[in-house]
Amino acid sequence: MRVLWAFVASLLVVAGLFALSAERAPARTRSQPAGSGSTTNQVSAGRTLYLTSCASCHAANGQGTAYGPSLAGVGAAAADFQLSTGRMPFAENAGHQAKRKPPAFTPDQIRALVAYVASLGAGPAVPTISTAPSLLPRGQQLFIANCAPCHGATANGGAVGGGALAPPLSMATAVQVGEAMLTAPGQMPAFPLSGEDLAAVATYVEYLRTAPNPGGFSIGGIGPVPEGFVAWLVGVSLLLLIVVLVGHDWDPRRT
Amino acid sequence: MLGWIDDRLGAASWARTGLRKIFPDHWSFLLGEVALFCLVVLVLTGVFLTLFYVPDATAITYNGSFAPLQGQQVSAAFDSVMRLSFEVKAGLVMRQIHHWAALVFVAAIVVHLLRIFFTGAFRRPREINWLIGIGLLLLALAMGLTGYSLPDDLLSGTGLRIVYSVVLSIPFIGPYLAFLVFGGEFPTAQIISRLFVFHVMLLPALLLGGVGIHLAVLWIQKHSQYPGPGRTEHNVVGKPFWPSQVLKSTGLMILTAAVLSLMGGLIQINPVWTYGPFIPTTVSAPAQPDWYVGWLDGALRLFPPIEVTLLGITIPSPFIPGVLLPGIAFTVMTLWPFIEARLMHEGTREHNLLDRPRDNPLRTGIGVAALLVFVMLTLAAGNDVVALVFNVPVETMTNMMRIAVFVVPAVGFGVAWRICEELRRGELHPLGRDPGVMLRRTPEGGFEEVEPPD
Repeated sequence: MRVLWAFVASLLVVAGLFALSAERAPARTRSQPAGSGSTTNQVSAGRTLYLTSCASCHAANGQGTAYGPSLAGVGAAAADFQLSTGRMPFAENAGHQAKRKPPAFTPDQIRALVAYVASLGAGPAVPTISTAPSLLPRGQQLFIANCAPCHGATANGGAVGGGALAPPLSMATAVQVGEAMLTAPGQMPAFPLSGEDLAAVATYVEYLRTAPNPGGFSIGGIGPVPEGFVAWLVGVSLLLLIVVLVGHDWDPRRT
Repeated sequence: MLGWIDDRLGAASWARTGLRKIFPDHWSFLLGEVALFCLVVLVLTGVFLTLFYVPDATAITYNGSFAPLQGQQVSAAFDSVMRLSFEVKAGLVMRQIHHWAALVFVAAIVVHLLRIFFTGAFRRPREINWLIGIGLLLLALAMGLTGYSLPDDLLSGTGLRIVYSVVLSIPFIGPYLAFLVFGGEFPTAQIISRLFVFHVMLLPALLLGGVGIHLAVLWIQKHSQYPGPGRTEHNVVGKPFWPSQVLKSTGLMILTAAVLSLMGGLIQINPVWTYGPFIPTTVSAPAQPDWYVGWLDGALRLFPPIEVTLLGITIPSPFIPGVLLPGIAFTVMTLWPFIEARLMHEGTREHNLLDRPRDNPLRTGIGVAALLVFVMLTLAAGNDVVALVFNVPVETMTNMMRIAVFVVPAVGFGVAWRICEELRRGELHPLGRDPGVMLRRTPEGGFEEVEPPD
């Protein structure tokens, strides 16, 4: 009976893994990064939006409250990352980690909010990321050394302790990858790399998402855990079925 | 032609008895054969891989067709695995068949072992083959561990680092032993070529020799069989080797190869190009061993980080889960036929008729509990992956498994025992329907039970 239980549990895990890999979807690329060339108009429009949607946690002038950190000096990059990945505004039942969801604001509204947050204090600007195939080898090296330990070698995400999860990067745009590395969102540390290195990492993240991955069905791309389940659930199950059929007495004289 | 051979070797009479040898007719006797045929596939694909693999840790510049690695420094071993995967015709599918075959090989051995254990097939006079079988399992595990490490990618390097640390943790001899095995402090240039010699020469020779002895002993001792009409302790009821068993086995071999080829062709396994080459300063995550070593990794993950000092001797924390636990597990497993004979006061009784699992609730209970410890530890090895999939903190997962590894086997023991007892009392088939009770109406208007016609 317990064996059956383990079987059911493992089925669930495999189903989860397939769901995980099915989550991959083409990234939306935004033509113009927000926060560049902001106008006073944008700042005041941003302030209006800020007061209705953000001030309850971050306080009226961005100085922060017990529910949200101060935004002075976080920079345009941080605001653009949090808003364009839908992490802000924070969902009520998100637990203690903001999760990616569809953005709550239009691109124009995001540009205005970013301009307002940038006006609160000097911080990193939205980086210009120009990905290029020639940057791939550098990108892979940097990714494996700095990003893969949490996000996984295939950028499918990973558990990093304290209930925090390094999210899968299947939706992250090149600009968002750069912004995250500069602004250290959530539990992620900052990786203040040069512009070209940021672009190299973003190039490799894009490559992981788009490049053909030889070898057949990818079963999560996270190594021996799904491989072991498949070995038992596909390999051993099929062979057991075959063994029972081969071992059956097919002699028609005996019924 | 056959007469010509017979004149010189006198093989006809020997072959006649051989071909008439009786094999019992039950599917569970074919489980060991599945393992054997996995081994055949492993040898064939392994020979192909050996033609292209370079067991050399020297750093060279990669210039193959995989764009992200171009111009990077990789070991010659990793370079050859990349060439095998991307440039050599049929190289990737051969590598994938080999890896899937290895996973299924050990799984088939475990299923075969469970059949032997739960039916009491290891009892006198078959203890020798039990011992050889455990030896073969250990060799298969060693083959898996050495093979896992050969590609020299980041994941296999992480595995080697853990093995090195576990060896280091053995009191007194750990550091000496680790240096002896690895040829110095990790990471060493020698380890790849050493693993290669073990993986393609020493271990396969021992494994194939062991399988030969395993089969020879089986042949000499004859098969055990399930109890049934006409079956006694002194006969074997079944079909002759030729043609019945030969045809069955040939078909099974072809189908086993087919399943493994299908998996190798359709399902990606161990994509080393995404892990990248082994760099000593980097660790990959999630990092797990192949499933059959998972229980040891799980034990390492669950064991609390305590360092015991006994009589001035420091016992580092990896020693207990990494060395002592498998040591005790394999010792008990090896000695089980003798332990059970003592427990059951068997004396010199011989057993050629098999038990059904219910016939010996104690053995079945112990087997189920041991199996559940193994399953729980294996799940614990994937604690970070399970945490990610089910979105629970990895620490919660670890603490839950620390309890489950004791509670679940204990519950499993009780449940298995109870099921055995009830099946025995009711003489039911575990998958069959309750036959019910037949009643007859008496002339007086009452009912009486009718004995079923048997």
